[in-house]
Amino acid sequence: MNNTNLYHYILGIADNSLILGQRMGELCGHGPSLETDIACTNISLDLFGQVRSYYQYAAKIANDGRTEDDIAMLRKERDYVNVLLAEQPNTDFAYTMARHFLFDVYHFLFLTELQKSKDLTLAAIATKSLKEVSYHQRFSTDWIKRLGDGTEESHQKMQNAINDMWTYTDELFHQTDADKAMFAEGIGVDVTKLKAVYYDKVNAILEEATLSIPESKYFQKGGKKGIHTEHMGFLLTELQYMQRAYPNMEW
Amino acid sequence: MIATQQHIDPKLIAILETVSDPEIPVLSIMDMGVVRSAIIQDDFVKVQITPTYSGCPAMDVIGDDIKKALQEAGYKSEVELILAPAWTTDWITPRGRKALEDYGIAAPLGAEADKDVLLHGKRMVKCPQCGSINTKMVSQFGSTACKAQFQCEECLEPFDYFKCLK
Repeated sequence: MNNTNLYHYILGIADNSLILGQRMGELCGHGPSLETDIACTNISLDLFGQVRSYYQYAAKIANDGRTEDDIAMLRKERDYVNVLLAEQPNTDFAYTMARHFLFDVYHFLFLTELQKSKDLTLAAIATKSLKEVSYHQRFSTDWIKRLGDGTEESHQKMQNAINDMWTYTDELFHQTDADKAMFAEGIGVDVTKLKAVYYDKVNAILEEATLSIPESKYFQKGGKKGIHTEHMGFLLTELQYMQRAYPNMEW
Repeated sequence: MIATQQHIDPKLIAILETVSDPEIPVLSIMDMGVVRSAIIQDDFVKVQITPTYSGCPAMDVIGDDIKKALQEAGYKSEVELILAPAWTTDWITPRGRKALEDYGIAAPLGAEADKDVLLHGKRMVKCPQCGSINTKMVSQFGSTACKAQFQCEECLEPFDYFKCLK
């Protein structure tokens, strides 16, 4: 491999979208209404589309005979480096939207910066994806407000979801070795610099949604190092089933 | 309309115009603006296309259809998918916009208008059935990645709106 850091950097971005895309895709046929069902699967499709661009590029960098599908489908749990937030389950629709919202705000800020990357492939994927992610962010923000500032029950459910998902937000701003190396080369984004803007944006929307901003200072981490929550194995079982059961099958 | 560098050999235009988006069959890929370049070298054609949305499942089919159309015209070809510059709804031609409307899909408004329509529910999207602007958004996401769902309050018909993407 000619550039190990770049390969790991790409996976760090792509795995988030793959795993979150899988979670949103789980709602296909199970959304609370037809419109939300279609919206969640549309979002999933956008994320998977972005993921293909990243993994195709990663396969080119790896140059070891693996394809985009191998990278997406045939790694072991410890080799996925998505943030823990992305893999959290669809406990109820409030959880789904809280998770998505907390990721979208980050995703939008991150891609905005990645557009400036010296790596033209990554910059192009970022510019393309950003247009889609701005729609995602509108959708989830809208639901945070509707449920937060809704009925007593919807408010409580959204508050519970935000409280539980909050613990996974800090990890978004942890730098890996690949992050540092790629930032030094003008290719990657310094995520630590996004943190203040992120919480300002999130907090303003939570306030508008009449939700309380969680005060907890305890945060979970590990995903970026391949150490995942108990949900990840189940998710991968479903994601990888076809490739494991019928090796090399193609759509 | 944003001027973008599109290099298409004049000899290929008629051939490429026969290829359409499988999800919107009335719209040729030329009118959609997804063909960015098509160059003939000897009897070999190199085509570059760009996706409307990253996950657009129509791109593979479009690539195959281009190759088939060129083969029938006697060319061998190669189709490459490029991401930059990123596709925008501004690249849909006036003829393409008309084809969308005739087919029952409301054509995209400007980016700012879209924000108003999608965020604040302003009434600006014209019903492709009856022409009324008394329409409402049902969902920001529709039957394909590029569309939102609307309903006309006048004739009560549901319809698709092609979202503005800039």
